[in-house]
Amino acid sequence: METMKVNHLTANDLPWKIRYDAGRCTLCGSCVATCSFRAIRPKVERRRMVFSEGDLPEPKARFSAVPVIRQGTSIRDYCRGCAMCEKVCPNDAIRPERNIDTRHPIVTRCLGGDSIKRGGRKNLEGAVRTLDRLRVGRISQMTDPSLDAQRHSFDLLAPFGRILPPGRLPFIAGTDQGMNLGELTPPVNWVYPVIIGDMSIGALSWRMWEAVAMATAYLNEECGLPVRMCSGEGGVPRRLLRSKYLKYMILQIASGHFGWNRIATSMPDMIEDPAGILIKIGQGAKPGDGGLLQAGKVAEHIQAIRGVPKTDLLSPPNHQGLYSIEESVQKMFLSLNAAFKFRVPVAIKVAASATSVSVFNNLVRDPYNIVGGFFLDGIDGGTGAAHEVSLDHTGHPIVSKLRDCYLAAVTQGRQGQIPLWAAGGLGKTGDLAADAFKMICLGANGVFTGKLILQMAGCVGNDMGRCNACNTGLCPAGITTQEPQLVRRLDPDRVAQNIVNYYLAMDQELKKLMAPIGNSTLPVGRADALVSTDRAVAERLKIQHVC
Amino acid sequence: MCRIGAIKSLNYVHPSMALQLMQSQQKGHDNSGFAMVMQDLGGIFEPYKTLPTLSMACTAEGIKMAEDILHEIGFYRVMQWSPEVNDKPGLDINAMPHYVFETFNYPRSYKKSTQKEKEELLLDTRLRLRKALEKDQEGFVYSFWPDLLTLKEIGDPRDIGTYFNLWQANTTFTAKVITAQCRQNTNYDIVRYAAHPFHLQGYTALANGENTFYLKNKEFQQQLHRGYIGFESDSQCFLYTLHYVHRELGWPLSYYKHVVTPLPFDEIDARQERKQLLAIRQSLAHLEINGPNTIIGMLPDNTLFTCCDAKKLRPVVVGYDDETVVISSEVCGINEVLPDRNWENDIYPNEREIVVINDELEVQRWKQ
Repeated sequence: METMKVNHLTANDLPWKIRYDAGRCTLCGSCVATCSFRAIRPKVERRRMVFSEGDLPEPKARFSAVPVIRQGTSIRDYCRGCAMCEKVCPNDAIRPERNIDTRHPIVTRCLGGDSIKRGGRKNLEGAVRTLDRLRVGRISQMTDPSLDAQRHSFDLLAPFGRILPPGRLPFIAGTDQGMNLGELTPPVNWVYPVIIGDMSIGALSWRMWEAVAMATAYLNEECGLPVRMCSGEGGVPRRLLRSKYLKYMILQIASGHFGWNRIATSMPDMIEDPAGILIKIGQGAKPGDGGLLQAGKVAEHIQAIRGVPKTDLLSPPNHQGLYSIEESVQKMFLSLNAAFKFRVPVAIKVAASATSVSVFNNLVRDPYNIVGGFFLDGIDGGTGAAHEVSLDHTGHPIVSKLRDCYLAAVTQGRQGQIPLWAAGGLGKTGDLAADAFKMICLGANGVFTGKLILQMAGCVGNDMGRCNACNTGLCPAGITTQEPQLVRRLDPDRVAQNIVNYYLAMDQELKKLMAPIGNSTLPVGRADALVSTDRAVAERLKIQHVC
Repeated sequence: MCRIGAIKSLNYVHPSMALQLMQSQQKGHDNSGFAMVMQDLGGIFEPYKTLPTLSMACTAEGIKMAEDILHEIGFYRVMQWSPEVNDKPGLDINAMPHYVFETFNYPRSYKKSTQKEKEELLLDTRLRLRKALEKDQEGFVYSFWPDLLTLKEIGDPRDIGTYFNLWQANTTFTAKVITAQCRQNTNYDIVRYAAHPFHLQGYTALANGENTFYLKNKEFQQQLHRGYIGFESDSQCFLYTLHYVHRELGWPLSYYKHVVTPLPFDEIDARQERKQLLAIRQSLAHLEINGPNTIIGMLPDNTLFTCCDAKKLRPVVVGYDDETVVISSEVCGINEVLPDRNWENDIYPNEREIVVINDELEVQRWKQ
């Protein structure tokens, strides 16, 4: 007799199990109303109670119908472990619990016949992170004094733009022992060494994107930190394009060119130049793949900004018509430089790869001096949507690749000419100052960060498979969704405040790292300040091994 | 701690004055060495101002090797002088067997060469000599340049002075500019090349401090010029930057300060010449220095200057009378050699200035 069907999906096949205590539940319904994934729903259970009332056992049965909360078992609507139910439950009656026996990766593919897509970042955790194997070990003692992080002044700025070698500076002798610049030099903006990474309107809710923009403006206008934010590939609201705050924005162009129609048509109305242009060739989280915005998130306002119908928006893996590094330099860079009359630096963002040094060498040797930055994104970078197989299995760690690029520049005496910016899992442990500082010592001019910004806003996703549902448009925190009722969960003022406060804390922490090594300007390439107890790491990065 | 000093005078002065200048600051250094560069030479070197003098400490084999190379290139000797040494027992000195100061005439093939071509030849020759003698530790080639000589030794400066008979002033061994330092390098191996002052093509620099951007400077400088070698001391970077900015780029000396200790960005922005200053800071970011430092530098035209790090973490004082200017880490050194000067005129340079003494002994303070 058939008592069960093996392939029926149960909660035990899913990544998270709901632990529910009917005895504590008041049936208020908050959890069900909160769950954006529709992973739990109310249900009536039939209960049988056997009892005996007399002196002797005379079992009787009583049946009752009891309302309860029950976990769904669909591969479409399943629990992501976001724990919003636990957050809203007044009685601690419900919570998700990680299911180590999950069959989700298998059953999803079997039932769907399609690749798994999700947001977040690489979820395959291996050993301790390389950055955590590094310590700032060269401390100023006696012969050179440590500085005072509170009292001394520090210059925490990094270049965005092409820097000419000293011999090519067009200096002409002036009067009274002075020199004048004879001709136009490539534009360079000196900005805070932690750029808010490229997350588009579309990937982010309008409230979240606006909150980041507000935080950026506040950091600049009120806190004196020249932080720049990259728009991501998804356009910019016209109101911002025409405002004075445009100067804090780095506009991104990627292979889908989404949003550029608006940007181009707004150019005559711009009262400020943008801080820079970032041409996205690749992304660390899904290298070799273009951007992906699933139709569920293409709300009306996204359609308007991007100029598209409601459909899956897939940016091609390559820029159309771009088949070589030389062409990218000659065509894209030149046209974008020309668009802003050579006043705005143009940089490139690529996914870290075994070939990154070749790409970098090609750019740094370009005779036109128009590549204004090399943004290198490692495998631990986050994304709003990608195929899981790309997220987990493609890409290159950022630390050694950044170091390789810097040392390639050193070998040619070209360090600093194309500023190096690194990202990909920086701040993963919550401590971005330490990660940024170590990357700078290894040769980065600065870093950029995206995922951590979301976590500042309240994102509960993590690298052990929690939530990671940014692609669904059902973000329970209102961060990566366009559903109005979910977006309203997010208080943009509060998010902006969190971001501002995090930057202020990080600014102090960067100084607390610079002071003990006796540096008042960023120690770009000062690998002598780092030590590692791991011999392999030390040898690979060419730093001191200690034990 | 390191102590540095420099004397520039209208008259020829003997190195005993430099020894006195440094000896009074003895508590501040560890008696581990003495090194000096003399420029604008008097005494027996005065008739040969345009001809290069080789300064070398070496073995007998080293002399032979060096002379063979020089003869092969075509240099021919016009004068040779070795200090008479007083090798009495008990002196704390780690002496080399021979100290050679030889003046040469240029190869005949260079008769019609430009000054620059000759200067490149002198550098190439010195580098070749250094490489040849380095192999089997046959000697140390400090400088090969007209009107300039270098002496460096390991040991107690007092005893080094005694050994070379430098305590007794005379008129045969003199110069109008002398820079000196009394300490061997402690950060890296003790080698003679690591002792300040350092010299390259007429440029001399010495420093008291710690250049915490040493690695950045070094990695950048290594690709800039064939003469930027050694890096036995983090202070060599100051010399190479001076040489690069002033000679290779041809920028006025005032820009040296803008390269090694650039103004903060907000101050640059407030300057009329902000475009130039920002361009310099950008393009030469890897030549910026950090850490506590006082630098004394000397240019080919005998200009002497001093400047400090951007936080003014190391001392320096400039004192002078009508005929002599003295730069010293501590004022006690100046009190020793210029006791009758008006000390109210002493200059304690701040973190944003260069004090420059030109060949007419005019003392100028340039605000960065």
